[in-house]
Amino acid sequence: MSTPTAASAASHGAPSLRGSRQPLSDRVFRWALFISLTVGVVTLAVLIAYVTIKGWPRLNSTLWTNMPSIRRPERAGAQSAITGTLWVIGFTALFALPTGILAALHLEEFAKPNSRFQRLVEVNIQNLAAVPSIVYGILGLAFFARALALGQSVITASLTLSLLILPIVIISTREALRAVPRNIRDGSLALGATEWQTAYRQTLPAAIPGIATGVILALSRAIGEAAPLLLLGAVTFITFNPTGPLSGYTTLPIQIFNWTKDSREEFQILASATIVLLLVLLLAMNLAAILIRNRTQKRW
Amino acid sequence: MRLAKPSITISALALTALALAACGGGSSGSSDSGLSGQVAIDGSSTVFPLTALAAEDFQVENSGVQVKVGSSGTGGGFEKFCRGETDANDASRPIKDEEAAACAAAGITYGALTVAVDAITVVVNKENTWATCLTTDQLAAIWSPDSVVGSWNEVDPSFPAEPIKLFGPGTDSGTFDYFTDVVNGEEGASRTDFTPSEDDNVIVQGVSGSKGGLGYFGFTYYEENADSLNAVQIDSGSGCVSPSAATAQDGTYTPLSRPLFVYPSVDALARPEVAAFFQFYVDNDASIAEGAQYVPLNDSQRQQLEQDFDALLSKAGAVGASPSAASQ
Repeated sequence: MSTPTAASAASHGAPSLRGSRQPLSDRVFRWALFISLTVGVVTLAVLIAYVTIKGWPRLNSTLWTNMPSIRRPERAGAQSAITGTLWVIGFTALFALPTGILAALHLEEFAKPNSRFQRLVEVNIQNLAAVPSIVYGILGLAFFARALALGQSVITASLTLSLLILPIVIISTREALRAVPRNIRDGSLALGATEWQTAYRQTLPAAIPGIATGVILALSRAIGEAAPLLLLGAVTFITFNPTGPLSGYTTLPIQIFNWTKDSREEFQILASATIVLLLVLLLAMNLAAILIRNRTQKRW
Repeated sequence: MRLAKPSITISALALTALALAACGGGSSGSSDSGLSGQVAIDGSSTVFPLTALAAEDFQVENSGVQVKVGSSGTGGGFEKFCRGETDANDASRPIKDEEAAACAAAGITYGALTVAVDAITVVVNKENTWATCLTTDQLAAIWSPDSVVGSWNEVDPSFPAEPIKLFGPGTDSGTFDYFTDVVNGEEGASRTDFTPSEDDNVIVQGVSGSKGGLGYFGFTYYEENADSLNAVQIDSGSGCVSPSAATAQDGTYTPLSRPLFVYPSVDALARPEVAAFFQFYVDNDASIAEGAQYVPLNDSQRQQLEQDFDALLSKAGAVGASPSAASQ
């Protein structure tokens, strides 16, 4: 927030000019910026207001204490979707975080910079980050669900979502590692630490705030993801909580999708209430990311 | 930097807590019947409400059994069923020859159970005062693959020159197969310039939103939306007949009423949890059909269902090591 103000002040030159009229092009540009900002913010505000008002009657504890129900729409809840989301995201974190962070550590600290292999890997990761999520769904269906015969299970969903967020985890971890000043590594090495000790004891801990922020944002992307799960066959009526990695599951976005498909008004309201729940969950995760960043940010 | 170490611990703790929370939610499975295991069913979105209701009611008494019910369409469901990925398939039409061949190739044996009767309802906009009854020939004229009918007066000169806007189920749906079969004489043969959707709600909104709209879907959806749509009577040669439970059950609402099927796999029925689920389904068929707003079977149809199921169970008993405990 403070950066644009500082930049615009600088572009105006000396403070003594502040009182004078700005050129027309300046004002037009400012308005264009402001309107562009408004489009995004107003859309979000309208969306949140709409679902909150529509879902208000169902925004109570039955949302998480009750299971989905066709027979009693007025008493249906989203418990199986909530626990399903926790299971799927828990396992996604378990697979994607160590893999992604270690891969980034290798690329940033150990791999030979600018070697052919390194460049190939980098191009691949950048491209993978841009692959549409539905493509990961096809991969998951063919490889995890069918070839490995994991079926429609929590583990299939988690592995697929892990692949989806892995490039994001790697890229954000690399950025965080890159922000650690060179002299910390040099200092550690000069004191006799090995490369491994330097990475593990100095570089990685110093980069944790940045990594945590990136990882939380990656996981919140995975939480809202429905397209790959649709392909994995998650569009099912599930009234039980997962009991293990091979159990069937449903997630919040899928449950919302299912309910909006039903013409009964109760389910439309329930879908809105569940959207609010999902939004609150996502906002909480983003808030956590911001807090972690602000609390632990260091300046060198 | 010294700050950073605790945050590793914190994030690890957060993850553990997440995992534990998830576990805690799942381990409340004190099964009342002692049965456990998973039952996977997919198939027709028309039969889905029936099977999902059966699953919901069944799991109240058998919380150890996890029943998952999908709705990827009759055809899509048979594809999974014949790969052995599901234990049973919901179908709004009998299995096709090529699907049967795929199942045979995979060594999957099955039986067909008729669980309820459905009526396809042709719907028009509330403001449509002219089309109260259509003959099957008129329907065919509108929907045939080479149809160029663009407004209502081309269907019948006495109708106004209101443009027709057509809505229908997607080509994956059993309802589409069934409608095209009985109206156009060939399964899948339909004009293509209509708005298709697997989501019946889209059809409801489309037809209720345009004065010249015409669409078709299951009777359930019409009943739920009766205040925003008009149902068209169908004349197949012996007078106009309204779609209703009674006319579907007694077969007078021809040709647009049809039986709905569930195809359980014989191998799966050898598992006690699957057998118990289908026994429950058969025993409570009437209340399930009613709850899902379908037309329940009449008495002779019910007896047929019980006979068919017992025959399947005894086949399954021959396959499985233990004959189903739930069959009595």
